[in-house]
Amino acid sequence: MTVMKHTISVLVNDQPGVLQRVSGLFGRRGFNIESITVGQSEETGLSRMVIVTLGDQHTLEQIEKQLYKLIDVIKVVDLGSKPMVARELALIKVKAEPAERPEIMGVVETFRASVVDIGTNSLLVQVVGDTQKIDAMIELLKPYGIKELSRTGVTAMIRGNA
Amino acid sequence: MSAQTPEVRSTEELREKWKNPEVISGSEVLLRSLVLEGVDTVFGYPGGAVLYIYDALHGFDDFKHILTRHEQGAIHAADGYARASGKPGVCIATSGPGATNLVTGIATAFMDSVPLVVITGNVFSSLIGTDAFQEADITGITMPITKHSYLVRDVEDLPRIIHEAFHIANTGRKGPVLIDIPKDVSAAKTLFTPVQYQGVNLRGYNPRTVPNKLQLDKLIRAISAAERPIIIAGGGVIYSGAHEAMTEFVKRTEIPITTTLLGLGCFPSAEDLWMGMPGMHGTYTANNAIQQCDLLINIGARFDDRVTGKLDGFAPKAKIVHIDIDPAEIGKNVTPDIPIVGDVKTVLEMLLPDLTRAANADAWRTQIAQWKQEKPLRYNDSDTELKPQWVIEMINDTTKGEAIVTTDVGQHQMWAAQYYKFNHPRSWITSGGLGTMGFGFPSAIGAQMAQPDRLVVSINGDGGMQMCSQELAICAINNIPVKIVVINNQVLGMVRQWQNLIYEKRYSYTDLAGSPDFVKLAEAYGVKGLRATNKEEAGAAWKEALETPGPVLVEFVVPKDENVYPMVTQGSTIDQMLMGDE
Repeated sequence: MTVMKHTISVLVNDQPGVLQRVSGLFGRRGFNIESITVGQSEETGLSRMVIVTLGDQHTLEQIEKQLYKLIDVIKVVDLGSKPMVARELALIKVKAEPAERPEIMGVVETFRASVVDIGTNSLLVQVVGDTQKIDAMIELLKPYGIKELSRTGVTAMIRGNA
Repeated sequence: MSAQTPEVRSTEELREKWKNPEVISGSEVLLRSLVLEGVDTVFGYPGGAVLYIYDALHGFDDFKHILTRHEQGAIHAADGYARASGKPGVCIATSGPGATNLVTGIATAFMDSVPLVVITGNVFSSLIGTDAFQEADITGITMPITKHSYLVRDVEDLPRIIHEAFHIANTGRKGPVLIDIPKDVSAAKTLFTPVQYQGVNLRGYNPRTVPNKLQLDKLIRAISAAERPIIIAGGGVIYSGAHEAMTEFVKRTEIPITTTLLGLGCFPSAEDLWMGMPGMHGTYTANNAIQQCDLLINIGARFDDRVTGKLDGFAPKAKIVHIDIDPAEIGKNVTPDIPIVGDVKTVLEMLLPDLTRAANADAWRTQIAQWKQEKPLRYNDSDTELKPQWVIEMINDTTKGEAIVTTDVGQHQMWAAQYYKFNHPRSWITSGGLGTMGFGFPSAIGAQMAQPDRLVVSINGDGGMQMCSQELAICAINNIPVKIVVINNQVLGMVRQWQNLIYEKRYSYTDLAGSPDFVKLAEAYGVKGLRATNKEEAGAAWKEALETPGPVLVEFVVPKDENVYPMVTQGSTIDQMLMGDE
């Protein structure tokens, strides 16, 4: 079976240790975690995790079933099975002597990213988009020298009214 | 027997007694809640972090507390209690080392889907995370081996948590639930009314018990069409209380049945259609039937690797049906053609009215009967030496298959599984999934507490007996009349068997020389000890043990070179069996 990237949304009770339960499950069952994001959901007391994982269809099925066995897991949705919007945010601190700034700003504008801080010889760039866009942005900024990079990991949602 | 159970009042009486709201401590909330959950026996060991709980236990007589000599003994006893009774087993231990000593027992129960409610103390909430004296993150440590766990942060939550814990432990796929109670929580006062928790509200927990009817129809059609059908029945049949429905299923369909290690007793072994146990030490008949069947109906078993052997090549000709309460088991190891998620008893009872005799399977039944006759379990008996298989057969004959048998892990476990013929569910208590040495003896104590009127025989090897022998003390002091069997071959038999067959007889550290004199060990605790080295002595010693009230240990000295057969070596399909010298 083919190994693919899957994006899973997991609605969980906002209980202490719930992140450990979920990440521990992935660890001990040998499921891969490419990224994991957690935050509030639309309902008080519930958090939503979005997990990007690699695996074949059998692994994905096991992940869903094993997640459902956790008492604190309310709902598991394989977002990849439907059209979805997936976004992540990256902060990139790039080396930028004053002379280089306009050139970098050009790249930033093209990507509809923004400069959120300017240092004496650096720019702090914020970019939001799907994973490919952020990968591309990083590639383009690399030649200038990336001093620091921080990515949030993917959060995602199904399109439309569903 | 005189393992005195306290005079337990009915839950209704106690609810009546406690119906008025009362301000009591967290410890008292715990004890009252346990009683209201129907607990009559608790196994435990005190320590600093559970001092308030033990203080509340002082003079408390609404359930019995058994003081073990090691926390591991307590949890295995609670496990044996649960397996013998079908009710959740309960144990209490203190923080840190007390809690970590439970880990093996929790994992044992988790692997075999045994309902336990495990109570641990923890250090004061204000000290959690400071590496305080006897602090251990037991909820973190046990996360992979519990069905669920709680760290109680507020005494107000305690009644709800206890009620949820019992509900979770004993519904769906059963399992251990841990409640970690910091010392300040067990001390804190709260207003307690038993009626404050009616029902549970767990959004993320709704085990599906009723199967999809369409899938059942498919199974009915598959049975009608099958020429070579078989059933593999597992622990799930016993855990859901489905043994009668299971027997009726076989009676109606006349489909041959094999019962897994944990399924022993879910179907009467005297029946012609019973093929014995499958898998690594399974019977010739069961293993060949699996490999040749065209319809394999798995009822409440999980296609464990010890049953399937080499997965790629398991039941190659079969249409596979898998009935399980746990959706995650379906398709985990073997992909079924007809998956059925539901409670085994519910599933079987829904199926029964539509079941008829599998009409195309007569030649197959003849084949099975022929295998059973031509290749029964066998061993080379001896007039001079006492053979372990003979000992088990003798125990079986003298108890007529009516005892509750608990075992440790290893050769004696497999011989007991092969040669003890079970007639009833909840009569066979063994660590199947985890294979925990040290389980056999303390689990028998728990089983005896749960079933005071039944004969409990605990069969152990000389290795495992030494892993929890300290619990002889609680047998003696509570006069718990377990008949303790030690099959002493002076070696770590099963490991040695593998060294014998696979590691070219390099017997690396499997000689248990230096073991105690088991008779004297028993006597040191005030338990009667007997020894037998030949058949005559064995018969006499065992007779004396059965006739003696109270606990007795009988040591049977057997040769070390006896191997368990049949044996499927790892990586082989299960019809590739070593049958022993022939």
